[in-house]
Amino acid sequence: MNIWLNFLIDSLAFGATFMYGSTGEILTEKAGHLNLGIPGIMCMGGAGGCLMLNLVGASSLPPFLIVVLGILSSAAAATLMGLIYSFLTVTLRANQNVTGLALTTFGVGLMKVIMSKLNPSVYLVTPKVYYRWPFAGRQDSLQCLGVMFFLGLIIAAAASYVLYRTKIGLHLRAVGENPATADAVGINVTRYKYLTTCIGSGIAGLGGFYYVIDYMASQEAYLSLEAFGWLSIALVIFALWRPHRTIIGSTIFGFLFSCSSFITNLSFIQVTMALKPILKMLPYVFTIVVLIVSSVRNKRENQPPESLGLPYFRENR
Amino acid sequence: MDNQLALQMRGITKRFGSVLANNHVDLDIYRGEILAVLGENGCGKTTLMNMIAGIYFPDEGQILIDGREVVIRSPKDAFEHGIGMIHQHFKLVDLFTAAENIVLGVHEEGAFSRRDVNARVTAIASKYGFSIDPEKKIYDMSVSEKQTVEIIKVLYRGADILILDEPTAVLTPQEIDRLFQVLRVMKADGKSIVIITHKLNEVLEVSDRVAILRKGEHIATVSTRDTNESELTEMMVGKKVDLDIRRSDPVDAQPRLVVTGLNLYDAEGVHVLKDISFTANGSEILGIAGIAGSGQRELLESIAGLQPLKSGEIIFHNPKKNKPVTFFHKSLRRVEELAGQHAFHDAAGNPVSFAGMKKKDIQKLVNDGQVLFNEDELINLRDKTPLQIRELGVRLSFVPEDRLGMGLVGSMGITDNMMLRSYRKGPHGLLDRKKPKALAERIIEELQVVTPGTQTPVRRLSGGNVQKVLVGREIAFTPKVLMAAYPVRGLDINSSYTIYHLLTRQKETGVAVLFVGEDLDVLLALCDRILVMNSGAVSGIVDARTATKEQLGLMMTRTDRTRKEAV
Repeated sequence: MNIWLNFLIDSLAFGATFMYGSTGEILTEKAGHLNLGIPGIMCMGGAGGCLMLNLVGASSLPPFLIVVLGILSSAAAATLMGLIYSFLTVTLRANQNVTGLALTTFGVGLMKVIMSKLNPSVYLVTPKVYYRWPFAGRQDSLQCLGVMFFLGLIIAAAASYVLYRTKIGLHLRAVGENPATADAVGINVTRYKYLTTCIGSGIAGLGGFYYVIDYMASQEAYLSLEAFGWLSIALVIFALWRPHRTIIGSTIFGFLFSCSSFITNLSFIQVTMALKPILKMLPYVFTIVVLIVSSVRNKRENQPPESLGLPYFRENR
Repeated sequence: MDNQLALQMRGITKRFGSVLANNHVDLDIYRGEILAVLGENGCGKTTLMNMIAGIYFPDEGQILIDGREVVIRSPKDAFEHGIGMIHQHFKLVDLFTAAENIVLGVHEEGAFSRRDVNARVTAIASKYGFSIDPEKKIYDMSVSEKQTVEIIKVLYRGADILILDEPTAVLTPQEIDRLFQVLRVMKADGKSIVIITHKLNEVLEVSDRVAILRKGEHIATVSTRDTNESELTEMMVGKKVDLDIRRSDPVDAQPRLVVTGLNLYDAEGVHVLKDISFTANGSEILGIAGIAGSGQRELLESIAGLQPLKSGEIIFHNPKKNKPVTFFHKSLRRVEELAGQHAFHDAAGNPVSFAGMKKKDIQKLVNDGQVLFNEDELINLRDKTPLQIRELGVRLSFVPEDRLGMGLVGSMGITDNMMLRSYRKGPHGLLDRKKPKALAERIIEELQVVTPGTQTPVRRLSGGNVQKVLVGREIAFTPKVLMAAYPVRGLDINSSYTIYHLLTRQKETGVAVLFVGEDLDVLLALCDRILVMNSGAVSGIVDARTATKEQLGLMMTRTDRTRKEAV
């Protein structure tokens, strides 16, 4: 395989982290909640999964079950964060931005505490091989793709299907666009907001778990996770609030983000150290370009949900 | 009409804070009838209906459907009981198609099929005589189309009781006719229809019975056949409203604002003000009449410094009293000449004539500043921003049409809104909150603003109270020129009279009042002179005491061609 194909596969595998994160964030935003806690939630997803693996990794349970337990526990930890966020922003109507930022700070910090107490030789080693299905044992770059990558693809595609092809999706989008309208036709706005925020957080948390355990599979992986949480939020705009577009978007982001190391490896280009950080800016530059293009075209369908970030009071006249 | 009861309300009471919105209201709704709920703004008619529709929950009282007591806690409950409400502000998702909006929230068996839904929507539309494209997005629709979507949305849920809140407020006359036809078809189909309104002619045209609410209380329900406009008005306002607006004769009307040759083009290059010239005098109300959109708003905004003019002058005459005479501008000879014309006076106000005085004594008297005169200072307001106008010492108040958009900040309390006028005062860059608070309290007391307190966001107040706050603030500024655009729009009769009275009082203190109105009767009764605008130009200025409605109507509507023929 040539270097370009390797690079594409690596971009796909790397991008899956943001794919989870931004699919989760899109669901939350479609319910009208701008969740800036995604970086913290992804961190907690990673920490929750690792904590479970650390507990059961050395036990005699079948390795398959260990993997499932890890995934479940990761989603559960992230969902718990989503629940805190929902309680604060939906029930108590706290400011969404402040709540989200606080959760990020909290999640990132707590993850560092948890991870420093865990034993990497337990949580990293055991299940590695079971993530690699169906490419386990391959020597080429395809071995980067595994169960969790495909799970992410399925979730992103399914999220789009639910949002745009089912009644539940119609109701959910109505809640995010115009909660008063949704309320007036008897949609339980609070329930939709809670459920999507929690489910979205759970999905985002899996991204953190995937990154730490599967993609990086290293002890220091968690230190760089927060940055990818922010990148996931940028990807939401890049994907114009369509989950299926995060599949392509995350690949492009993955490509752009690892561009620096890729270009360094190309023999025919000289990359100085000073250029590297500039190359790392590329995903953000692209996000801004997409924002400008979508604003200029001003197509209603490509704008953020109308009540994004606004709390909903029923008796507010 | 069969007299089958559909819904009964018994002793319904609802409070918002300390404000009583509905007080023990009893109301019956029958099948196959159109019931009009009539009342002034803020009388609680919408609140009452919102309680049947599940938006609010009553504090006291019962709602009975088919004789059984029901609890309606949410709009969903209301739908289950066959009640649907079409709100004044449409509750539609702009981004969705008509069909998507219609099925929103409906629980149906089976998968969501666009085609089935479209077919059902079309079926309902043809049954009642609507026309609708189910695939059209709401953001592409006209107001009337949106209303159609709202009505079908309610019918799709199988509603038997339809409540329409001010359904005609935003429609053209043709659209109103079409709506009323549809309502009659629905009535014939056995539906109960409730329309909330304050327009008497519509009540008489379409309804079978009228329920009148006043200050949250149910006054009476009468059969439309047995009543008339004046009886309904009387029940609505509670007392015979004196239609005569007190008008005093202008005293010593001096030119205060002289506008000449004003031309304005809007952003699209349309010529919206064409060569406008007029003089507004102090101690006088100058009415501005015209069909909506004839340039009234632009004219006031131009004067207030909010529009960049193409050409023209706006001269403000700032009266300066008791200025000392100096020899700096005038020679001794000129001073003596002017004194002979009684132009000067002394500090006590007695004329100074210099008769029989020596030159030296005159010089001394003038140099001591004992000789005074009055003169208007002329200030050109053209191309000045509102702040510059204020800094020039021109006390110009503007009550804009869009109260919460341009006049007040909806989410701030009354005190804070007062401070929008005075924030530049106060020591050392700090805000002085005491005076604005006192002013807020004074306005609440003097103008009887109904509000829980000075901190309550003004957006929560009813239209009339919002307007009182705004006008009260502008008057407290002791203006020399007061401009008010549609100050009584959306207000009930009593609030309107309060505003008329305030304007008249301002005129009596020497203010030049510019009043843009839509009701010709009011303009004729309130103003001294009326300037009529016709598609951006002045078509004439008439004396309000002698002009007739027909005369004004003609000046407002005739086009250039017919005007030439008339000449």
